[in-house]
This record gives sequence, structure tokens and C-alpha cells, in this order.
Amino acid sequence: MNLAVRLASIALLLAVWFAAAHLAGPRLLPSPQAVGLAIVAEARSGALAFNLGVTLARVGAAFSIAMALGTVFGFVMGRVRLADRIGDPWLVLLLNLPALVIIVLAYIWAGLTETAALAAVVLNKLPLATVTVREGARALDRNLDEMASVFRMSRWKRLRHVVLPQLSPYLAAASRSGLSLVWKIVLIVELLGRPNGVGFEIGVAFQLFDVTRILAYALAFVAVMLAIETFLVQPFERYVSRWRPRPA
Amino acid sequence: MSRAGDQDRLEVHIKQKSYRKASGGELQVLGALSIAVTSGEIAALIGPSGCGKTTLLRIIVGLDADFEGTVRLPARGRLGVVFQEPRLLPWRTVEENVRLAAPQASAAALDVLFGTLELSAHRRHYPAELSLGLARRTALARAFAVEPELLVLDEPFVSLDAELATRLRAELAELVARRPVTTLLVSHDVDEVIGLADRVFLLSASPARVLADVPIQNPRSARSAEEIALIRNELSRKAITAI
Repeated sequence: MNLAVRLASIALLLAVWFAAAHLAGPRLLPSPQAVGLAIVAEARSGALAFNLGVTLARVGAAFSIAMALGTVFGFVMGRVRLADRIGDPWLVLLLNLPALVIIVLAYIWAGLTETAALAAVVLNKLPLATVTVREGARALDRNLDEMASVFRMSRWKRLRHVVLPQLSPYLAAASRSGLSLVWKIVLIVELLGRPNGVGFEIGVAFQLFDVTRILAYALAFVAVMLAIETFLVQPFERYVSRWRPRPA
Repeated sequence: MSRAGDQDRLEVHIKQKSYRKASGGELQVLGALSIAVTSGEIAALIGPSGCGKTTLLRIIVGLDADFEGTVRLPARGRLGVVFQEPRLLPWRTVEENVRLAAPQASAAALDVLFGTLELSAHRRHYPAELSLGLARRTALARAFAVEPELLVLDEPFVSLDAELATRLRAELAELVARRPVTTLLVSHDVDEVIGLADRVFLLSASPARVLADVPIQNPRSARSAEEIALIRNELSRKAITAI
């Protein structure tokens, strides 16, 4: 039933696309099969896999660094009042600085390098991860903490069995929103200052006014992210919430 | 008294304990009080609600260091605590909850413990799948699995139906009989206390002081209904004369 609704919804989307392509003409909006053929052609030449791989590697690196740092900063800020007071203005600044400004400044200060590109993405994602994890750290249950303390649980045991399970919904929320944000920013970073990747290809296609190629790369990457969501993120979420009672 | 017994004694001397109020100023919750519990004894603290019983327990188990006085725990000082709420980790099963608190407990010892508390069928259940009674029993199992030198119970049977509370009290008595342990039980239910305790500390209203220290001579199992009524009368008389 669920699957049928999903398939019907996707079919409707394709139908709308078909109709729109028909009205707008192939130059502005190519039909689904033209885009499909472009994906196949790029895949045959090996360019698709290379560019997807490069972009995915950047997404993976930036996401991991931002999540790791955001978890540590968020946890400390949520637990230590002084750290929160010190860190909060920085957080407000980073949260409100437009992504584009951070990217341009990173490229000006550090040159058109991989490090500058990654740093710019990390700085964009970091404040959001920090804020989410900070909420989780503030909401930690004191009763369970006291329980762990009277039963003399070790630091590691407390972290693993008492703290992390409480943070996991917040970490999952940060990961979910983070993954989609990071890949969008990686594309801009690639467009502005990298010689490869999906963003770079889209930049080239933009200069050539090649809508087919823009859609081919965008949709291919969306498919990759969808696969990650379905086969990595969702099973992980199911695993960490296995103890929650579900309606029978 | 033997040396070993002396080492396993619990001694608490408190000069006073106050909280800082949100509106400023201080609120005294505990007055000068001393309690001593000998090894293997079940001591009960009873007093009106809000008199500072839970505060006293938190000081004894080391969760509150902000007080004037001294606490001497039994030697080695391993603690088993049953809080007012079960305080189980919702993301760990009944068995994992117990094992995390008591990693040294043998499989055989846990089998016996789960058997006594009728938890054998629930070892792999998560706390959300348990009734309050079962969750309370899991908390009892956790405290016993530690094989503590000092067992502290804060109104462990409150808000259970009378029949279940009676059963759990019997199970507690059985567990203590099997492995004698210095026990401190907080309650506001006189009947609960008389059925279980070897010694009763009667506390005043806040700021709490000890109004009376009443030893109960007969062993638990040999207490007749008459005797229990007698003890109850004595306790209420002491409570009244002290005021």
C-alpha cells in the first residue's frame, strides 16, 4: 500500500515533468528521457562516477569533521555554563553569516585549495550541529546520572550507556539536516573554486546553458543521497530506537 | 560487637543542612541528627512527608556533599540504591540494566535473583514494556546484584497496589535474610516499616531531627499481629510526646 502510493507519487512527478517539458521546449526543460540518456552517456565516459565520487568524498569529509566537532562543542556548551557563555556569541555569528560569505572569505584567505573548500563547508555546518547537540546535552536526565554515580559506573560506561543513548535523537536530527545541507554547500564551493566534482560540472553546464547536463548531475547526486538515507541513515535510526515501544 | 560488624556499621552525624532558596535566604531541611545502623540490620526512617528523608538519603549515598557533618559508610562502601522511581535505562533490557550496575555478578547469582523477584520471563524486555511493579522489581534486582555493603531504599513500594507491595516486601525480607546487608529504608508507611525493620528512627517535621530510636527485638518472621499493634502504638505515642 505504502509502496503503491509512493510509486504513484513518483509517476505523477514524471508526468508533470513531461507536460512541462512539452510546454517549455527542450532548451529550457529537457524531457525525462533526454536527461536519462545524458546520465547514461556521462556514466559511460566515466565522468559521472569520477565527479560523484569527488563530491561524495568532500561531503563525507566535511560532514564527519563538522559532526565530530559539533558534538564535542555542543556537549561541552550544554554541560558547562561558562563554555556556553563563551561560545554563544561565536555561534550566533556563524549561524547568521551567509554561506556564500564564508566560502568567498575562505577562498580569499586560504587560496583556491581543498583545505579552504572543506573548511568553508565545515564552518557552515558546525554551528547547526553544535546547537542541536547542545539542546540534547541540556536535556540529559539528572536522575539517570545520579543512578550511574551511586552504582559507581566508569566514565566510559556512563558515556556509552547513559549519555550517548540520550543524545542519539539529537545526533540523528543533526545528521539528517546536516547531510542535505552539506551537499548543497559542497556544490557551491565546487562551483566557485574547485576543478572537479558535481558543482564544477554544473558550473560548466551553466556557462554552456546546458540544462540537460545540469539536471543529469543533480538527479544522479540526489539518487546517491537517497541511497545513503535509505541504506545507512534509516537503518541506523531504527537500531538506536529499537527500545522504543511501537504501535503493534 | 565483632570487629567485622563494627566496620560494616553506618554512622551519620549531621549538624545541619540548608538549601539556598530561589528567592534568596536559606531554608533549613535537616537539624542536628545522628543515626547509626549496625551490620545486617534493617533500619527504617519514618517521618511526615517533606521532612527531609530523601535529602538525608542523598547525603548518605554521596549525591549531596553540601552539608555540615560526617557520614561513615560501611567498609568497602559498595552501595545498592533503590530510588523512589525505578530509574532504569530505557534503552537497555532488564538484564542489561542489572549487569551494567553489577558487572561482577555471576550468571548463577543473577538466575537466583531474577527467580526470587519473578523477573525470569522479563530479562530481555525493555523498561517501556514493564509495568510499574516489574520496573520496581528490576530496580530491586539491580541494587541486590551489586551485593552491597549498604542497601538504601527510598520509598520503594510507594504507588503500588497493596497486594503487590506486600509481596515485594516479603521478597525484600527474603533477599536480606539470604545475604545480610546493612539496610536503610525510608517510608512514611508505619505498617510497612514494622513488618520489615529491626530499628525505627522516627523523624520530626522539617527541619528533621531524630525524635526516637526504637529497636525492635523480635526477628521479622516471628512477629505476631499483637506485637505489631504494640509497636505501632509505641511509635505513635513517641511521635505525640515528642511534639
